[in-house]
Amino acid sequence: MNEMTGTPIPHAPGFIANETPRIVTSRFDYEDSHTLTRYEATGGYEGLKKALQRTPEEVHNEVRDATLLGRGGAGFPAGVKWGFCPPEVWPRYLVVNGDESEPGTYKDRLLMELDPHQLIEGCLIACYAVGLSQCFLYIRGEMAVAQERVAQALNDAYAAGYIGKNIQDSDFSVDIVLHWGAGAYVVGEETALIESLEGNRGMPRLKPPYFPASIGLYGQPTIVNNVETLSNLPWILEHGAEAFTSIGTESSPGTRMVAVSGHVKRPGVYEIVNGTTTFRDLLYGSDMCGGIRDDNQLKAFVPGGGSAPWFTADQLDLPFEASQVGPQGSMLGSGAIMVMDETTDIPAAALTLTKFYAHESCGKCVPCREGGTWLEQILRRVVEGRGTARDLELLIEVGETICPGDFPHAAVPSKGIEAVPFPYRMTTICFVGPSAFAPIHSALTLFREEFEAKVAGNDHPTMIEVAVDV
Amino acid sequence: MKFFTDENSELAQEIIERYPKSRSAMIPLLHLAQEQEGWITDEAMAEIAELVGTTSAEVLGTCSFYEMFKRKPVGKYVINICTTMSCALMGAGDLMKHAESRLGVKSGGSTSDGMFTLEGAECQAACTEAPCLQVNYRHQYRVTADQFDQLIEELASSDHDVPRHGVLSRIRQHIPEDRFVRPTPPDEVVSAPIWMVTDGGEK
Ligand SMILES: Cc1cc2nc3c(=O)[nH]c(=O)nc-3n(C[C@H](O)[C@H](O)[C@H](O)COP(=O)(O)O)c2cc1C
Ligand code: SF4
Ligand code: FES
Repeated sequence: MNEMTGTPIPHAPGFIANETPRIVTSRFDYEDSHTLTRYEATGGYEGLKKALQRTPEEVHNEVRDATLLGRGGAGFPAGVKWGFCPPEVWPRYLVVNGDESEPGTYKDRLLMELDPHQLIEGCLIACYAVGLSQCFLYIRGEMAVAQERVAQALNDAYAAGYIGKNIQDSDFSVDIVLHWGAGAYVVGEETALIESLEGNRGMPRLKPPYFPASIGLYGQPTIVNNVETLSNLPWILEHGAEAFTSIGTESSPGTRMVAVSGHVKRPGVYEIVNGTTTFRDLLYGSDMCGGIRDDNQLKAFVPGGGSAPWFTADQLDLPFEASQVGPQGSMLGSGAIMVMDETTDIPAAALTLTKFYAHESCGKCVPCREGGTWLEQILRRVVEGRGTARDLELLIEVGETICPGDFPHAAVPSKGIEAVPFPYRMTTICFVGPSAFAPIHSALTLFREEFEAKVAGNDHPTMIEVAVDV
Repeated sequence: MKFFTDENSELAQEIIERYPKSRSAMIPLLHLAQEQEGWITDEAMAEIAELVGTTSAEVLGTCSFYEMFKRKPVGKYVINICTTMSCALMGAGDLMKHAESRLGVKSGGSTSDGMFTLEGAECQAACTEAPCLQVNYRHQYRVTADQFDQLIEELASSDHDVPRHGVLSRIRQHIPEDRFVRPTPPDEVVSAPIWMVTDGGEK
């Protein structure tokens, strides 16, 4: 194997710095990157100061021109979403989505722990541009260190006059309120996040009509943005939309953070150039993961967080570009790749995801609540060697009650299977239900023989222990 | 009998004042209750209901939705081992088995001395550092069986800086009075915030 390049940063566990432009991770190399002193010494709050010299509308336009795609999963351009607030309905709120809990995803927590002021500055810029009069920064409950770092940063930024009344002696005034969750994956869905912030059980609302930008927190227009999305704003305001769009491609500019986990030589979180970097660059590049562990063969990978249909080596040359990944049967989601090498027991691997989504169902929709549980139970007995051939059909039948019609999947040229493009149809309110089915559908489509071996009772032993009770 | 201590009652008021509607303080107050007591008691829920202007049943409804709120006493240290895909691929199953035998409890159980509760958990946003676990929601990365044993020894002998279960952030947000804008309730504010109108594109 070639020499590895790229620098692991000990105080940023998992993060590996490499040569690509560093927009959101530029301060990670400093051990005190989370402090106000370091932030101010490295250009911090300059983007806000520049924003305050301009009209809110100009700032909004700058962000729109940057084509900053949302980094929370859906990839919707932030500047366009901001424009969906109905005119003259006030107050409007900002809710920051720091609930990061999609399987495989690890980036927002790093951004909160290592550069909380960058996130705060991003929130301030968004509030100024869209006229949002209060910001709620919702951090996942199980992130004690991120909560501490952000709390300290907020206290320091208030004291220094960056948050609160008449920020930097302007007429711009906004509070940022730190809030944290208490453990429920579905709360990451934006309407559930709002329910949770209203003190309720975190159950998603129907869209339409409950698009947050029109009917959000307390029924008011509300912008929900992901931590990484907002963390890009200080750079965009400081350097301009043009500098941003000069990185990456026209439809996917800038950089994005991607976590690669599982069976690679060097699992890590990388800031990559958006739009052009390919899965092969990431998984095999000597500045990134450096190949599959023990020089094994790649069997499959989940390209965009646990909800995404799986890819195999045939899709390695696809770039981080939604318009190319979608037609090939999956999505980029939250920037999370989970890699399985040739030793992986595929049905058992699928079960580690299906049991996650079944467990996290909020129970509001019958197909998700019942279907997810059934999918888990049927798959579990197949994995444990108690299944029958009929169970394999049953898995698909139950899945079709959640997602009727063709379900997206990758092409398998060797088997003459063509890709079915993203997205799917669904009978549920949110994506938790379909996500319980996605891993099963991918695994069964791409590796049917492994399931058949299981139900015929002549398979290799399970390599993965799947906890029965979580 | 009041549930919250005087100090926490003051904190509760400070928290409630930050929200346009006091019900939004429900989860933060449940955390405060768990911080005080280690778990969520009926008395805590009744007092929170009063504080945010709702019923105990509503508080229970919210409380029971969220995994972190414990309705029974748990160990001083809650150990959550991640069992989702990346960790499972990297040996979380073996780690869980080892943990069960080291602590002598099954996943979901607590040691009889009240020190440890062991749980299987879902993805902890540390997937590249698999297999991982959390002690009272603070991470440990790439945990081997030996490291697990060492961790247990450190926790048992107080040679560590993990606060007891219930304490999350040891740093609290405090908004200084002279900088506090105050909440903007939905039904009161009807005009655009001042910076949206006074500029008139003149900046
Ligand atoms: C089940 C589910 C879970 C989600 N979890 C998260 C999450 O943890 N963090 C996040 O930013 N977005 C999450 N999303 C996406 C949000 O609904 C929303 O699209 C996003 O926060 C918008 O921010 P962005 O436009 O900046 O990406 C989730 C969506 C679904 C359906
Ligand atoms: S799909 Fe599942 S998690 Fe989503 S709203 Fe319906 S029941 Fe709840
Ligand atoms: S799968 Fe274990 S931390 Fe994400």
